[in-house]
Amino acid sequence: MYRKEKSIQLKSSSAALYNNLSVLRLPGRQLACFSAVHGPSVNVVSAAADGLGFSHRQLQAKEGGMAVSTSILTQAAWCVLPSRVLLVLTSQKGIQMYESDGSIMVYWHALDVTEHPPGTSSGVVLVFDIPPKGTNITVSEVLEQHRDAITDIAAELGQAPDGAGDLVTADDNGTLCVWSTGEEFTLVSKIPAFGEGRGTPNTSPWHVGLQLRREEVKHAPVSSCTCSSVKLWNGVVAAGYGNGQIRLYEAATGLLRAEVNAHARWIYALDLAPETGKLLSGAEDSFVHVWKLSRNLDTDDVKPLVRHRGHREGLTAQWKPSWAQSELPAACDPQSCPGLVEIEHCHAECVTDTQVCGARFCDSEGNSFAVTGYDLSEIFRYGRA
Amino acid sequence: MMFLLLFPLALALALPVMNDIITTMFNKKFMEELFKPQELYSKKALRTVYDRLAHASIMRLNQASMDKLYDLMTMAFKYQVLLCPRPKDILLVTFNHLDAIKDFIQDSPGILNQVDETFRQLIETYSCLSAGEFQLIRQTLLIFFQDMHIRVSIFLKDKVQNSNGRFVLPISGSVPWGTEVPGLIRMFNHNGDEVKRTEFTTDGNYVTPQREGSFDLYGDRVLKLGTNMYSVSRPVETHMSGSSKNLASHAKENTVPNPLAKEELNFLARLLGGLEIKTPGGSETGFRLNLFTTDEEEEHAALTRPEELSYKVVNIEATQEPGRRAELSRILGELEVAEPRPASSGKGEDLLALMDGL
Repeated sequence: MYRKEKSIQLKSSSAALYNNLSVLRLPGRQLACFSAVHGPSVNVVSAAADGLGFSHRQLQAKEGGMAVSTSILTQAAWCVLPSRVLLVLTSQKGIQMYESDGSIMVYWHALDVTEHPPGTSSGVVLVFDIPPKGTNITVSEVLEQHRDAITDIAAELGQAPDGAGDLVTADDNGTLCVWSTGEEFTLVSKIPAFGEGRGTPNTSPWHVGLQLRREEVKHAPVSSCTCSSVKLWNGVVAAGYGNGQIRLYEAATGLLRAEVNAHARWIYALDLAPETGKLLSGAEDSFVHVWKLSRNLDTDDVKPLVRHRGHREGLTAQWKPSWAQSELPAACDPQSCPGLVEIEHCHAECVTDTQVCGARFCDSEGNSFAVTGYDLSEIFRYGRA
Repeated sequence: MMFLLLFPLALALALPVMNDIITTMFNKKFMEELFKPQELYSKKALRTVYDRLAHASIMRLNQASMDKLYDLMTMAFKYQVLLCPRPKDILLVTFNHLDAIKDFIQDSPGILNQVDETFRQLIETYSCLSAGEFQLIRQTLLIFFQDMHIRVSIFLKDKVQNSNGRFVLPISGSVPWGTEVPGLIRMFNHNGDEVKRTEFTTDGNYVTPQREGSFDLYGDRVLKLGTNMYSVSRPVETHMSGSSKNLASHAKENTVPNPLAKEELNFLARLLGGLEIKTPGGSETGFRLNLFTTDEEEEHAALTRPEELSYKVVNIEATQEPGRRAELSRILGELEVAEPRPASSGKGEDLLALMDGL
């Protein structure tokens, strides 16, 4: 059970943007920092662990050269790198990188606004090289796998199994890309939007899961659905969607492992506590849920609950790509078959009359979390009782 | 996108001065302008457009009344945008506005054509957008409405708004079309077979929707947002001044199943109750629409309105076209029926005389 704790007042209210709350934990200094976008500005609050002292800072969206109207910020997040922490703001006009406390802007990357008129986006992912200190920041790579606006990017929070990739990107149409990072980024798997690729059998591995699922849920409306928030933990992709569902995928193969009818409205935020596998979700339905993910090595090969029409081997032969057949052993051994991915519901919190737009755990075990919502000048905090 | 913000105004003003405003608003050039991709208007710019539209008619709103109407429009539309079950439903809200506008102008085929043309253009432009793109539109509109917490008496009484100005979000009722009722967890093995199923419960009490609203030119929108702004006959009143009294003390709950048409007439009646015609000898000529009970109240409201919410009223003096005279005459005839006033005597000659004097 979680109980409401003293909330943090913001200088201005939070805008309705996905993942509109970022939390930076600074264990050494017993301090946590919170940031939420208000529109043309972002509120940054440093809070002492005892919940008494707060310091506020507001950062403005930087104007492009010939700006007539103020540009609206689309995201603010701390990027924790091995050697330094940066506060990164994005807007339609460009990307601003600040030192973690927001005091100094170290880099400004302008986007070509004329090429992308209001309301459009190219879906590219920019990879930056960040030196341990200084302002010599450069774009090292441009990833062009997405065709729609990028909604969220998440790095592996736990331990990535071999070949599972360590970065996942999500877009407005629900497509997920899993990447292996390094000197160069390589695409590990691409998980298409739910509802795409109907009809023609596809040889991609992720279609095995989707095709079979459709057999059971014929009544479900088939249309693309925004993935607003994504997390990656121990080789499992957790994705939150506009239809209120949370889905878990195998990062390496893109196989669907679990589907949760989690929220009654559009999901805006997911977070994951790396030490315990707790998952936090927040949505427009004013609910925040805490879930727990785990891998059960014993239960993957259990009998299916729903038998499909026809003989099971027949289906397997029809839908599984040839390479997969040779790779999947008849008897699952734990090395190649990492077990059933399980998810259980732990806690539901109704944040009354609040369309939740940001929700984050405040510690790595998931014992406390923070929430903000559209039009709300406050960050609510909850802790385990 | 911005025209989504304008239809509510047309709807509210449509009755007393319907053809003037609807003709102006659905003017081909004006609509073409609105359909161009553009940045979000500033609040000042939108207010200016509102003012111009309102004054495109014979009606003259003074600042306090216009402020009040503007507050009501913006809060009502904020409510509709905020509570849209799924982002795409903002289109259904707009269709509800247009359906209602069309109801007012059934007898004017010319204007009806204009509105239908806009309808078609809306369908053409917006029906191909993805859910994510609709969400972006909705979020952009929500940025516009952010930090506006004006309390509206009708919302407070209906318990859809809290005393702090924030709207009440229900945790029961239909889930959006395409969304499953929360509560089910399903897990799959490597073959994609469902191997485990668990359930969870929350305080929410949702049901599956029966059907989807129609995105066609004609059809049942299912969604009620955008239809029921005046579905209960209560005085339309914002709480900026803190001193305003009800405009209509005899307001009663309406129990007619589809109360829109009737209630719009009630609303008209209330508006007309406050309509005054200044004598030709006065310094100002034309109609005055007063949403307050007395002039003193109105002046008080204007004085107590916070500075940042005050705008300069742009007075547009429309010239009288011959074709419009018949229409004015007809409207005036209706005014006569609604409530006799001492200043007007017979068949609208006085009004026309006033208008000629402009």
